[in-house]
Amino acid sequence: MAQGDTHEQGSGSAPEGAPEHDAHHAPDHGSDHGEAGFWRTYVFSVDHKVIGIQYTITGFLFLLFGFCLMLLMRWQIANPGEALPVIGRWFGDNTMPGGIMLPEFYNQLGAMHGTIMVFLGVVPLAFGGFGNYVVPLQIGAPDMAFPRLNMASYWVYFVGGIVMLASFFVPGGAAQSGWTSYPPLAVINPTGQTVWLFGMALLITSSLLGSVNFITTIVQLRAPGLTWTRLPFFVWAQLVTAFLLLLAFPPLEAAAFMQLMDRLADTSFFLPSGLVVGGAVLDQVSGGGSPILWQHLFWFLAHPEVYVLILPAMGIVAEVIANNTRKPLWGYSSMVYSVWAIGFMSFIVWAHHMFLTGMGTVMNAFFQTTTMIISVPSVIILTCLILSLWGGSIRFSVPMLFALAFLPMFGIGGLTGLPLGLAATDIHLHDTYYVIGHFHYVVAPGTIFALFAGIYYWFPKATGRKMSTWLGHLHFWPSFVAMNLIFFPMFIQGMQGMQRRLFDGGATYVHTQSVLHWNTVIMVAAWTMALFQLPFIFNFFWSIWKGEKVSDNPWQATTLEWQAPSPPPHGNFAQVPSVHRGPYDYSVPGADRDFTPQTDRGPEPVPAE
Amino acid sequence: MSSVIPYTVEARPDTGLNNVKIGIWLFLASEVMLFGALFASYILLRVGAPTWPRGADILNVPLATVNTLVLISSSVTMVMSWASLVKKNFGRFRLFMGGTVLLGFVFLGIKYIEYSTKLHHGLLPSSSTFLAIYFTLTGLHALHVIGGMTVNAYLWGPGASMWKESPQQFTNRVETAGLFWHFVDLVWIFLFPVLYLL
Amino acid sequence: MKEHVDIDKHVRTYVLVFVALMALTLITVGVSYLHLSTGPAIALALLIAVVKGSLVACYFMHLLSEKKLVYAVLIFTVIFFLAVLLGPVLTNLDEVSL
Repeated sequence: MAQGDTHEQGSGSAPEGAPEHDAHHAPDHGSDHGEAGFWRTYVFSVDHKVIGIQYTITGFLFLLFGFCLMLLMRWQIANPGEALPVIGRWFGDNTMPGGIMLPEFYNQLGAMHGTIMVFLGVVPLAFGGFGNYVVPLQIGAPDMAFPRLNMASYWVYFVGGIVMLASFFVPGGAAQSGWTSYPPLAVINPTGQTVWLFGMALLITSSLLGSVNFITTIVQLRAPGLTWTRLPFFVWAQLVTAFLLLLAFPPLEAAAFMQLMDRLADTSFFLPSGLVVGGAVLDQVSGGGSPILWQHLFWFLAHPEVYVLILPAMGIVAEVIANNTRKPLWGYSSMVYSVWAIGFMSFIVWAHHMFLTGMGTVMNAFFQTTTMIISVPSVIILTCLILSLWGGSIRFSVPMLFALAFLPMFGIGGLTGLPLGLAATDIHLHDTYYVIGHFHYVVAPGTIFALFAGIYYWFPKATGRKMSTWLGHLHFWPSFVAMNLIFFPMFIQGMQGMQRRLFDGGATYVHTQSVLHWNTVIMVAAWTMALFQLPFIFNFFWSIWKGEKVSDNPWQATTLEWQAPSPPPHGNFAQVPSVHRGPYDYSVPGADRDFTPQTDRGPEPVPAE
Repeated sequence: MSSVIPYTVEARPDTGLNNVKIGIWLFLASEVMLFGALFASYILLRVGAPTWPRGADILNVPLATVNTLVLISSSVTMVMSWASLVKKNFGRFRLFMGGTVLLGFVFLGIKYIEYSTKLHHGLLPSSSTFLAIYFTLTGLHALHVIGGMTVNAYLWGPGASMWKESPQQFTNRVETAGLFWHFVDLVWIFLFPVLYLL
Repeated sequence: MKEHVDIDKHVRTYVLVFVALMALTLITVGVSYLHLSTGPAIALALLIAVVKGSLVACYFMHLLSEKKLVYAVLIFTVIFFLAVLLGPVLTNLDEVSL
């Protein structure tokens, strides 16, 4: 037990860059878990850091896989009916006979790309990965409130992911009705859809277990002195995200259960009366169901889900910006109120995905209004982040590059959402490529860039080493250009009326002919972006062993995680940290350096907002 | 002792709660949304249907009434089992918790009779949307009953060994399990009239 | 200790609540035999159910003496519960047939 430490936590006064001396390192408590073997330490660990890393790596692998699915799709869209060179021959006759993609396979790729990116990639990474690793450290806790539940939530996610991947190999292939799985089509599709539903049930369970853990941890395990107003914005964002997952997922769980009943027990929750399939009336079912019911229950989750995708990202960007401007965030309280407002409003906007289902003008007006309202707190947060740059001493580190890029990218993504949220304009844009452009701007150069920022930023905490800056630039600049070349043309295509989910890229339609050439541009940009992820992948793994060794606080940051050793031992802090100030005390007048860690006592800081 | 997680048993002063208390209420909140979605489905399906049967015409109201009384009684025995622990009466706890589990079996037994009678008469979930939502709602509820009973049985049996080393923690566990069990009762209190009486 | 003394009062309450729940169950079944028209039938059945549910929540689940944080979580849960419960049907009003 490191009770003998006479110096305070946070006296990391060793100059940055110098490897930290060992006095901070609490001895690994053998008494807690005995002589834990390899399996208990690295595989079935209950330590939030191990679990966070597991989520991160698994999430990135799925992200990569989903990305590859998209690369195949973009070839098909740009060259419909043509054999994919070299790689095309690897696929069997069920999917790409002679290297030419079957429409059914295209649909599988589309459905699984969406499912994998959202549920197996981004959320586990942003919430499970970053949340698990950073939150307990940032609140000065030894671990999550329920460590075993935490481990369970990871493994349930893992199994769910395996189930989803396995769906490609069942007769008929993977789910092919979009990530949205609308009935009646989803009900009558082959087995892969059933596997998808089971996979979703597992993933939802994993999320629920995780969200209970996060909320309890953040509420109960904040270190002494860490009042709500001193909480880093990243933690606020994760707290709201956890509530979204907790309360929005169950209706989809219920809906998935009902769709399983429709598929396996011949019920008609979602099958209307008199449905004709392949020329024959479906007569072994009772009918009387409502396909719209599925849409309501699905979007009740899926809308809050998109805020689950963005909020952790905003949290990461906030941390990186404050640190790399050497000044506090502008409008911290506004940002906190806004993130709660977003959380609340996100539950009552869902039917803006259903403007074309004939809900009537009153309900259309209601959801359009709530959708317009929710854009206000989103803009407030973006504005505060932008204003945080004003007067800052900006450090263009690699995390900061990604965080800075996030701002205009999220701006474009958010602004292009407005014509979608207004029912009148949505009539023209619904189900076109404009929608795809909109949400990808928010998730890809939005969230995923923020996640990259987070990786570069917190890598030194997890490993004690920095990633290569040069490789970071090689990753960032081409990716930034490529992202825009991929997604901006989609607005053009969408406004021309080119629909989504066309396996031939719109080739057969007269109204799309003028915008078809963009498909080739997009494909080239996508494959180029793939190429420039290689420096990142290489950098990540190479730096774990060969990266430049750094101190415990190489970014000279104020938040609590930087007071722990790099990497932190089991239990994180030798002594429970004691917090005396807000999270962003950078450039405090009268301080001897340009950052004052949260654990520092001393002169009163600049009044925080 | 920096790797021990605080507030697992004692309450955190500013929130007044221990970790498990918050955890179970959060979980129950998610369960409210789960059953809420199913009730929403019931409403939409019924409102959109040209005709909807009276519950009493298809379902066995007397049997379900008995089941309602059974479940309510089990809620009482459950809370009494916790109260017994507060009064440090382990024997009473065993009695009441055993009673709770037993009543749970009775509930499931009656449900089994109901289901098998229906299936025997060819009344399947696929027969109508009414039966579909009936089987789904009561089936999911029954799964929760089984889950609750499993936890209760564990606390009655092997789990009870915690009473000797950490009585307060064990009492909290029983209270937590009780909250889940009462919730299961609560859902039935709404399920019963909606499906059987309307 | 204080909790020990209070618990006897609680136990008395539990018994009273038990009796009330039994009675309300029989009442709600009895009312169903009156064959009221759909609107009033639903309203009455739900009212009784809400009373019963509140008794279970307030007394068995100790909600009356719970902490603010729990209340806050539950209030928002109820709001979203109502949203999911009523949202879908409100968007289908031209097909209502009670």
